[in-house]
Amino acid sequence: MSGTAPEIVPGWETVIGLEVHAELATVTKMFSGAPNRFGGEPNTNIDPVSLGLPGTLPVLNGRAVELAIRVGLALNCTVQRSVFARKNYFYPDMPKDFQISQFDLPINGEGWLELADGRRIGIERAHLEEDTGKSTHVGGGGRIHEAGHSLVDYNRAGVPLIEIVGRPDLRGAEDARAYVSELRSILVAIGASDGKMEEGSMRVDCNVSVRPVGQEELGTRCEVKNINSLRSLGRAIEYEARRQVDLLTAGERIEQQTRHWNEDEGRTHKLRSKEEAFDYRYFPEPDLMPVEPSEEWIAEIRADLPPLPRERRHRLAEAAGMETSAAALTVDRGLDDLAMATIDLGADAGRVLVHLENNLADGVGLLTAGSFTDLIALETGGDLTATQAKTVLASLVAEGGDPAAIASAKGFESMDSGELEAIVDRLISEHPDDWAALTAGDDKERKKKSGFFVGEVMKATRGRADGRAVNELLARRSAG
Amino acid sequence: MSARHLAEAVRSGARSARSVLDEHLDAIAAREPEIHAFNVVLADEARVAADEVDRRVAAGEDPGPLAGVPVAVKDNMCTRGIPTTCSSRILEGWIPPYDATVVERLAAAGAVMVGKTNLDEFAMGSSTENSAFGATRNPLDTTKVPGGSSGGSAAAVAAGFVPLSLGSDTGGSIRQPAALCGVVGVKPTYGAVSRYGLVAFASSLDQIGPFARTVSDAALLLEVVNGHDPLDSTSIPETPADLTSVLDRGVEGMRIGIIEELSGDVLEGIAGDVRARLGEAAAALEAAGATVETTSVPSTVYGLSAYYVIAPAEASSNLARYDGVRFGLRVDAPTSGDMHTATRTVGFGDEVKRRIMLGTYALSAGYYDAYYGKSQKVRTLIVDDFARAYGRYDLLLSPTSPTTAFDLGEKTADPMTMYLTDVCTIPSNLAGHPSMSVPFGVGDDGMPVGVQVLAPAMGEPAMFRAAAVLEAAAPPGAAS
Repeated sequence: MSGTAPEIVPGWETVIGLEVHAELATVTKMFSGAPNRFGGEPNTNIDPVSLGLPGTLPVLNGRAVELAIRVGLALNCTVQRSVFARKNYFYPDMPKDFQISQFDLPINGEGWLELADGRRIGIERAHLEEDTGKSTHVGGGGRIHEAGHSLVDYNRAGVPLIEIVGRPDLRGAEDARAYVSELRSILVAIGASDGKMEEGSMRVDCNVSVRPVGQEELGTRCEVKNINSLRSLGRAIEYEARRQVDLLTAGERIEQQTRHWNEDEGRTHKLRSKEEAFDYRYFPEPDLMPVEPSEEWIAEIRADLPPLPRERRHRLAEAAGMETSAAALTVDRGLDDLAMATIDLGADAGRVLVHLENNLADGVGLLTAGSFTDLIALETGGDLTATQAKTVLASLVAEGGDPAAIASAKGFESMDSGELEAIVDRLISEHPDDWAALTAGDDKERKKKSGFFVGEVMKATRGRADGRAVNELLARRSAG
Repeated sequence: MSARHLAEAVRSGARSARSVLDEHLDAIAAREPEIHAFNVVLADEARVAADEVDRRVAAGEDPGPLAGVPVAVKDNMCTRGIPTTCSSRILEGWIPPYDATVVERLAAAGAVMVGKTNLDEFAMGSSTENSAFGATRNPLDTTKVPGGSSGGSAAAVAAGFVPLSLGSDTGGSIRQPAALCGVVGVKPTYGAVSRYGLVAFASSLDQIGPFARTVSDAALLLEVVNGHDPLDSTSIPETPADLTSVLDRGVEGMRIGIIEELSGDVLEGIAGDVRARLGEAAAALEAAGATVETTSVPSTVYGLSAYYVIAPAEASSNLARYDGVRFGLRVDAPTSGDMHTATRTVGFGDEVKRRIMLGTYALSAGYYDAYYGKSQKVRTLIVDDFARAYGRYDLLLSPTSPTTAFDLGEKTADPMTMYLTDVCTIPSNLAGHPSMSVPFGVGDDGMPVGVQVLAPAMGEPAMFRAAAVLEAAAPPGAAS
């Protein structure tokens, strides 16, 4: 899998593994009946359990388990018996000063995710855990060490999360972005999460290391936190890779660290080293029973999964006789069902994808597979030029209707070749100098003059002529 | 008068709940200053509750099986609108916004809560001397401890302040004080009584249970508070078995084993007078038709060691939330980390700090396997040993406490000798099994001796039958 990605620093390979946290789209929180809702006045979506009040106990939200299993199945993971564990550390926005997570027995084991180009990226695990609250540091420019005081909002505390831990199979910023995009598409497709990075419902921590091209052994990695968009992800990786290569080429060693991405400054800075890492003192959560989903339940959830982006790409690529990567944009836009139906009705697959990718970015409106097929038939049959087809397509999107009737109403009926020949011959006689330059000139001159004659023909026919046919005719005349 | 008779008198209109209450409030007024069983006496609230019971009786309604019965609740169970302190400074000022499930069930049964009882801070201790609000004294001899940690609840019943009270038992905290105060104390099967609203000490061991002056009253109270609670994931889903109706069935044909390791020379410190009473209790059961013999449950001797790793480990996590951020005491400091430290330094007593440190150490990276992991293996061994024993015996028997009540201050300087007082009670907590202490005569010092009846999970009916036989056969108890 190496050598294909562009090198951020020539001669060096960047190795990336991502940990993605996604909030699960449940109605209530992971362990209580408080609402799972973004926004709202601070500390309104709370109850005794999500505040961790003394005496409260967690009760597992079955819907969160179901969504986690959906994620696991969509990522080709082994869905297994799992045990919740307490991850202990002190932080003001964590109500119990421990987080209920999963440790040695996650709900989803080993799996993989397929990128649009067909490469498979390993998934180590995808486990359930609860989210924390949010701190706001007041005064001192929002920095914790300079703040006058801090405010804590527990609305997010206890929201169910799935943490998807990827293998270090990614090579470079573009790979990482593609992985996150694909993961987001999957999560949205299966209804597990809204995948909104800007609202924090999907968060990415990024492990980056570098090694000389050709070296097998992995370099020492650093984990970069606080990445809030796909753009930041790419920038952070590029910055971090350069930083590490600079250190290594200067003869220094990489220290394993957790680093913080500063979007404004465009750089990462050290949060803590491996030695300063927390000892989370994980142990099995005694207030919850192990989760043992039955085979029947898992099968039910599997049967209920919609087609995933990967399957849709394969399906469309096969129908269109193309590479899966060529089908990616159409699938991303959710237009693959229309594409499949149109191809099924006999339309030329290449033209279908060209229109979907280039001419239908703003949606398909009233376009149907039937009208789309008819349109492409007119185009491939030579009755409409590409330009005309695009115009008719816009009309089909806006108002629907029959492509042939629209073409005719716009005066797009095709010209017969005799009429075109007559016009071309007339224009040759009216512009003898230009014609001489075309026939006698070099390639460049011939091209330029061809363009001139095509333009004149279009003017004379008010765009009805097919540019390709005019060029062919000009070529025949000049050769003859 | 027994709780059962009081409730019958109130339900039938023969007595008013108010007069029952006033009588008990008078008893409290007379002796509470020297005993200090309560952290708070809720006289006004109790009068309102009693009047409501009387109003319902007058209106022809049935207030429930505990109609007008005064009860006391250990101050580690949450009471809406009433401070819940765990006898700790760290919960200073905290007023729970919700009732524990057991508190709700008491109210629904017509009981009248008269106060919250003193305990060793966070239920950590065996003498109720570790209370931030001062020690509770044994009503039978105020120079002696009442045992602990539920010493306040035991003393309240022994002193005649209330006929019934609730305690919590993590390693013997109901049974040991019951033995030392000469009352009946029951630790039910783990999961029989909801822990929702019980401020956690060690979640996998904590269990709420009743104190009463008679076996029958203990059964009555247990029947009110037990049963499934969806708010506690470890709550037993099955409907609990009836206890009251089986009390007089005797032990004819039952096979009962005396645990050799907890009753003889295997452990140091089981006092001669205690052994003598146990022998007499065994003879009484035999006389009632049971087969009684000595048997070995070898791993019970390791219970204490395993317990003092597992319980502190869970406690270190459960008590993390007392950080000064959301509730209770806050000692301000420049940073949130410093505030945590300052708050916990001032707020927790020595024994709590000792156990937090023990537990934190036991869960730390590099020590987990040697301590926590090993202790869980011992726990499994104990469960297996008990399973083998219950293959041959319906019930097991042992002393509840190695000695009768000791002097105030006698063991406070040496935590290890204090811990050893729970050596006979801890195995049932580790196994999750029910066991109860029944008063059976007095020791050489004239203080009460308790005999412990142990049963397999859900074995309460047989356990109560044997307890009723012991109660009937018991020599005279201590005079108060």
